[in-house]
Amino acid sequence: MRLEYFIDVDRRSKEVIMASISTNQFKQGLKFILDGDPCSIIENELVKPGKGQAFNRVKFRNLKTGRVNERTFKSGDSVESADVMEVELEYSYTDGEFWYFMDAETFEQHAADENAIEDCKKWLKEQYVYTVTQWNGTPLLVTAPNFVNLAVTDTDPGLKGDTAGTGGKPATLETGAVVRVPLFMNIGDLLRIDTRSGEYVERAKK
Amino acid sequence: MREDDRARIMNLDKQSWQPTASIEILKKRAQYLADVRLFFAERDVWEVETPILSTAAPTAPYLDSFTTDYSPLGTNTKQTHYLQTSPEYTMKRLLAADSGSIYQIARVFRNGEQGRLHSPEFTMLEWYRPGLNLHQLIDEVNELLQQVFQFDPIMRLSYRGVFEFFFKFNVLTCSDDEIKHCARARIKSLPNDFETDRDGWLALLISYVVEPKLASLNLPLFIYDFPASQAQLAKIKYDQQGNAVADRFELYIDGVEIANGYNELLDTDELRQRFATDNQQRKQQGKIQIPIDENLLAAMQSGLPECSGVAVGFDRLMMLVLGKTSINAVQSFGFRR
Repeated sequence: MRLEYFIDVDRRSKEVIMASISTNQFKQGLKFILDGDPCSIIENELVKPGKGQAFNRVKFRNLKTGRVNERTFKSGDSVESADVMEVELEYSYTDGEFWYFMDAETFEQHAADENAIEDCKKWLKEQYVYTVTQWNGTPLLVTAPNFVNLAVTDTDPGLKGDTAGTGGKPATLETGAVVRVPLFMNIGDLLRIDTRSGEYVERAKK
Repeated sequence: MREDDRARIMNLDKQSWQPTASIEILKKRAQYLADVRLFFAERDVWEVETPILSTAAPTAPYLDSFTTDYSPLGTNTKQTHYLQTSPEYTMKRLLAADSGSIYQIARVFRNGEQGRLHSPEFTMLEWYRPGLNLHQLIDEVNELLQQVFQFDPIMRLSYRGVFEFFFKFNVLTCSDDEIKHCARARIKSLPNDFETDRDGWLALLISYVVEPKLASLNLPLFIYDFPASQAQLAKIKYDQQGNAVADRFELYIDGVEIANGYNELLDTDELRQRFATDNQQRKQQGKIQIPIDENLLAAMQSGLPECSGVAVGFDRLMMLVLGKTSINAVQSFGFRR
């Protein structure tokens, strides 16, 4: 029992060994550590006057704070790679402070804070699988699947005659999201929503 | 397979064999090349072709040549050859052999340089005019841009004038600290521990402040009389205030560096000294030493005529003229990693 415990610790310590990345490997989406925080490259531009020294002008998102910033590196400089992984986890529940996601194979629960779920909060529904970006095992960002089916909890009464779907009206869904839906939709109807655009796609089957 | 995975693969297949520029753009580019040739033919500047491969290369510390090996048939011997970064050295050997005014539309190679405005291989329009001084050559660049590319006449301002206008200090006489201070204050993306030399700080101010300002002011500009430390292969002279300056210019259009011209250095000993200094700087940076081009030095020794020369990045010029934002979009097959 004790031995196993130590083996486990050893394996963990190996995971946090950092690889070094040179500026010439910089590209969009690359994850690296800057001033202790994990960051993702949005844009990398080579700045090089004819025969002068070369620099990399990098626009990046701090994955912890979500803020976009800029940093200049000398070409050839190195940064630490960030041990950032994307895993597919099922949303379980929230206690108001944390949102819990479950690994479907190990049943392990991962707690994401409000920062991490901010962008997809209105598309969070139990038992759907979300892409969770983790850094050293901590969820940094939760991304919704492209489509989710959500029930209408509030909308003006449906108009029977209108099936063409012109115009539309606002409807509140079970997650609190408000989307425009065709006039014939009613409370209790299940809708397929495209989370990227936040738009209604079609009526979903149960 | 997921639908978007399939779409991505299909897209990749579709993109990888296709030109990065449209056929329409490539036809326009071909027409501009023909027009450039006509422009020079009418001025009795003749077109030359010079070798891409050489056993020597430029020594400039921040210019990396591609290398390849030449092996005579039936041997295992390998002789390192460098791909030209510009046709300058061979064209100067023609000038020393009394070629008179010459131009070349050359494919040139620079290792490691890749980005929106950079490609490891690109097209250089380079020409040399015996008897013209730097400002007369600037006039000719202006005429080319007006006649062939329908530009308006472009203004010129000294390097010192540019710094006085944008930063309010005399760049030729101020201390290193003054420049460093200004760069740190103006360029927020520099980390606190960032260090470079005087020319490095100046280059940063040009790239991060001057270029975007010129772009936003919609002001194309010839910048001349560079700091003497950036002379490259240009003569050094004294400006009206008695400061040593390099007799060279750069052209910026839309904040993008388009051309680089020199009143060509003729002093062989001076050039040998500059090559040696470059190689010393390379050594300090742990970079390989570059064999000095003895043929160029011998040609200069035998007599290079007083002349001015300029190199124009043709792809960048096409990008601006044809309204594109990346040089890939004006090259048939842009470089892909």
